[in-house]
Amino acid sequence: MKRTFDTEEKIIVENNRISKDGVEWVINPYDEYAIEEGIKLREEFGGEVTVACIGPSEAEKELRTALAMGADKAILVEVDEDELQGDEHTTAQLLASLLKDRPFDIILAGNVSVDNGAGQVAPRVAELLDIPQVTTITHLTVDADQNKATVERDVEGDVEIVEISLPALFTAQQGLNEPRYPSLPGIMKAKKKPLESIQLGDLKLEQQDLAAKTEVVEVFLPPEKKAGRILEGELEDQVKELAHLLHSEAKVI
Amino acid sequence: MFIHLTEEQELIRKTVREFAEKEIAPVSEKLWEEQQFPYEIWAKAGELGLIGLPYPEKYNGGGGDWLSFVIVLEELARIDCAVANALMANSSAASLINHYGTEEQKEKYLKPILTGEKIGAIGLTEPNAGSDAAAIQTSAVLDGSEWVINGSKIFISNSDNEITGPVVIAAVTGTKENGRSEISNFIIPNGIEGFSYGRKLNKIGWRASSTGELFFDQVRVPQENLLGQRGAGLRQTLSTISTGRILIAAMGLGILQGSLDRSMAYMEERKAFGKPLTDLQALRFKVSDMATHTHAARLMIYHAASLRDAGKPFDKESSMAKLFATEKAMEAAHQAIQIHGGFGIMSEYAVSRAFGDAKVLEIVEGTSEIQREIISRLLFQ
Repeated sequence: MKRTFDTEEKIIVENNRISKDGVEWVINPYDEYAIEEGIKLREEFGGEVTVACIGPSEAEKELRTALAMGADKAILVEVDEDELQGDEHTTAQLLASLLKDRPFDIILAGNVSVDNGAGQVAPRVAELLDIPQVTTITHLTVDADQNKATVERDVEGDVEIVEISLPALFTAQQGLNEPRYPSLPGIMKAKKKPLESIQLGDLKLEQQDLAAKTEVVEVFLPPEKKAGRILEGELEDQVKELAHLLHSEAKVI
Repeated sequence: MFIHLTEEQELIRKTVREFAEKEIAPVSEKLWEEQQFPYEIWAKAGELGLIGLPYPEKYNGGGGDWLSFVIVLEELARIDCAVANALMANSSAASLINHYGTEEQKEKYLKPILTGEKIGAIGLTEPNAGSDAAAIQTSAVLDGSEWVINGSKIFISNSDNEITGPVVIAAVTGTKENGRSEISNFIIPNGIEGFSYGRKLNKIGWRASSTGELFFDQVRVPQENLLGQRGAGLRQTLSTISTGRILIAAMGLGILQGSLDRSMAYMEERKAFGKPLTDLQALRFKVSDMATHTHAARLMIYHAASLRDAGKPFDKESSMAKLFATEKAMEAAHQAIQIHGGFGIMSEYAVSRAFGDAKVLEIVEGTSEIQREIISRLLFQ
């Protein structure tokens, strides 16, 4: 689970970075589908749902929300994002090292985070753990006896059906389910559920494993959309002007 | 005194706000138009644990505090006061049964109204007895092992509803030595013989709330349906009414916040004389007042609820909170329509629907005049 800006937040760029001042945070909406699916699986098959997050200590709030929805346990790997200077590779290394010694049948994650939108972390984790993965799933059926799953995945507007053996990792696409509201008794019980806090040093990773593989060169907002222009005059002249503008101003032809 | 919400209370607010905006707001106008009770929303509110929040877990409640319940009602009323009132009136019945009911009564009547399966109502008001509750005329006479009830009640929230569970009513059971009526409370199951409803009451506010007129014609209930002690009826009702006032105040706060939010959003988007309404000082000042009143009402209500949770006296604070929040809600609803101009008059706009809702708040659970009377009595006592 990742903690992201509320989707309605305004993005402000200051000193080549996105300002986090006074921002409202939420569970990454795609991760919410993953949490809901995990809880549904537990309701059907039993077992336990653990929500893991790499983030600052404040992310405890979002983890408590996941516990209030119905997850059983939470793990927070506390990192100072400014100090770590990592990227998707870093997060994947941290998660894989956290998960590798813990038993699991299924790992669920969001398809992308709504902030960086890279969609890199979960697939990398699956590779590092050497387990099969299916991304952007919209339906999941588990056959516990055969230890396999049948999933539907979204492939650019079409549906692909995949059969896969477990354990496996899946990333959730919109449409997988309708995440529940945390119930009020659930909210009150969440405080008593275990939330394990792990420091970076506890994971025994070398600095070189964590170093970012990418570099942010510049951060900027998309150019503001200008008002449209309506061409006037004879049709032939309008077409000529349009072609000219597309070539010289918009530079698309 | 410092009011600080816990992380849980903040999360409760966020959850209920999302619930109200996603589940209630889209159907609010239809419910208003058709004066329809929102059965589906009631059931969902039960699933989410909103309805029984401050009641014991043993009886399907949430074991939560009253401040959290205030936040629930505030957030519901911000979107639709009628839905909030369903919880509020249900809670009045639940309070009485929870405080004075026997184990059997709680099992049978309290449990289903805390989950959303049924809905509870409380019947005190009569055509000729409102704030002067001691003047009620409905009577209950013991005949063998049964009470025989005759009379009528009016303006009873949550009655005349498909899922009305028990209606807790007050009836005269005799005359005291000082010549006054001896009043006792009874639990009346819905739909028993001789218990009927009058015509549908049309209202200017709380339109989606079911408000009934009750008739009792030789209604027979077993002796064990008496709630608590014989003759303790008014005392029982009065002991829970201060809590009810905090809840009505919370609904006023919801209207205040809703009026403020809607007015600000409209002023930012609407242009007049070539500039946004936010440039007009006459309107900016209205919003300043609304925001100030909202803030003050919130502090008063949360304080009263905190006193209640701490087991300290809160009668004066709850009357003050009720008086202030509901009168300021009326003012805010009025000004929000003014800011919206012609659109504000259309029932399609939530500000228009909140106007009637706010008016109801100044009347129920003790009118503004009654609150002033109570406050002055407590000041001069």
